[in-house]
Amino acid sequence: MAWEYVVNGINGAIKLVVNGDPELVDIAIRSVKVSGIAAVLAAIIGVPVGVVLGLSRFKGRGLLKSIFNALLGIPTVVMGLILYLFLAPAGPLGFLGLLYTEMGISFGQMLLILPIVISFTVSSIESVEREIRDLALTLGANKIQIMFKIVEESLSGIVLSIIAAFNRAVAELGIALMVGGNIFVRGGGLNTRVLTTSIQMYVARGEIDYALALGTILIAIVFTITAISNYLQKKWVGYD
Amino acid sequence: MIELRNIEKKYGETVALKKVSLRIERGEIFAVIGNSGAGKTTLLRILSMLETDFLGEYLFNGKDARERAEEVRGRITMVFQNPVMFKGSVFDNVAYGLRVRNVDSDEIEKKVEEMLKLFRLERFRDKSARKLSGGEKQRVAMARAFVIDADVYALDEPTANLDPENARIIEKTIKKIKERGKTIVLATHNLFQAKRLADRAAYIESGQIIETGESKELFENPKHPRTQNFIYGFDFF
Ligand SMILES: Nc1ncnc2c1ncn2[C@@H]1O[C@H](COP(=O)(O)OP(=O)(O)OP(=O)(O)O)[C@@H](O)[C@H]1O
Ligand SMILES: [Mg+2]
Repeated sequence: MAWEYVVNGINGAIKLVVNGDPELVDIAIRSVKVSGIAAVLAAIIGVPVGVVLGLSRFKGRGLLKSIFNALLGIPTVVMGLILYLFLAPAGPLGFLGLLYTEMGISFGQMLLILPIVISFTVSSIESVEREIRDLALTLGANKIQIMFKIVEESLSGIVLSIIAAFNRAVAELGIALMVGGNIFVRGGGLNTRVLTTSIQMYVARGEIDYALALGTILIAIVFTITAISNYLQKKWVGYD
Repeated sequence: MIELRNIEKKYGETVALKKVSLRIERGEIFAVIGNSGAGKTTLLRILSMLETDFLGEYLFNGKDARERAEEVRGRITMVFQNPVMFKGSVFDNVAYGLRVRNVDSDEIEKKVEEMLKLFRLERFRDKSARKLSGGEKQRVAMARAFVIDADVYALDEPTANLDPENARIIEKTIKKIKERGKTIVLATHNLFQAKRLADRAAYIESGQIIETGESKELFENPKHPRTQNFIYGFDFF
């Protein structure tokens, strides 16, 4: 009896995935899109910040680094709550109109994963910095050439940081739920339902087959991204 | 060519060099010999202006090196104890010093090929430099330095941990480079190598230069008891 419940759920989930249920597809695509935008934005801001932080030496640099490191593990519910307060119509950023929008989720996730991109970029820069700087310097490179060389040598680490950031964004629930609101109207243009929020909802409703199907898709996305990143890493290491 | 006066270098509490004074003449091979931790690498890093935070005076061609650090770095190239390879091919590695000097690509091609031949690296040309063996990497590191038309080459333990064949290739090439009128500073704890290659040598211990002289004289007739201890200590093996 107890196992039947699980097996039925799995059977239903397989059917939904195999048949390519349009609602599931829609939600999965939105998830990838929203978190993909978050990852791209986080990369655009975080990589330059990380490079500067990794290459330069100034007072307060250590403090800045430990702040970003501490923010790596910020609970997504807390982040979602804070963002909700800021983005709510009466809040300080209410005028942006981001609450309950896809862009709002992207914005929130971008803030969530920014510390990942920055911290990992800093550490991949630092891991090559000393050796490569000395080598390039003694071979006659100028400051700018040295900087480019260091970034080039840490590129695989930087790309990995962006992938790790995307994985965290696509799998988080707190921000998507509180900022996005899990809105779904069939055929509607303002939907904000993503994989994590819909899993939470279907479980609450007892529709285990849907929840399992979505969970499987989420895991498949994360695994695929990880596999791609491993492949890229191997390729880079292969020629490094 | 190079003159050091009372150079002192500290890493935190550690005194790496104490009152080091020496002259290195144009066109000679000058060996710095001493045990592990004696300060050889530190000395070479200062000569190459990779360390600029030291006390004392460093004159390069009669002028203060710290005031013209960039220029000095362009004229003296160091080969590190552990060969660090850039990502990319052997060719890319060897070409780097020419590329940053904006040498045109035909010229780069020609010079790099010549160096690869000199170090018997032709067949590794397009291989990933980081996949080479230790001895091959060491040769790439040398080729990468010697392809640059510098005045001085500072070589830090160029043959430590290498098999006799690789060591022989490297020693032969060092002699060839000297014949082109280049100055070579060689840090080593290998007495026999210093004896084979160097015109003059300095024995360094605990950051201090104990004795300097013509290498034949220094090795066969060391004056200072500590130098004697270092040199005759080896004869028991
Ligand atoms: N970056 C550093 N920070 C702190 N101490 C250092 C640093 N580099 C060197 N030292 C210290 O300075 C001293 C001289 O070191 P150095 O590397 O010059 O010796 P070496 O003669 O090259 O030895 P080896 O033959 O083992 O290479 C050592 O006591 C070493 O521990
Ligand atoms: Mg050393």
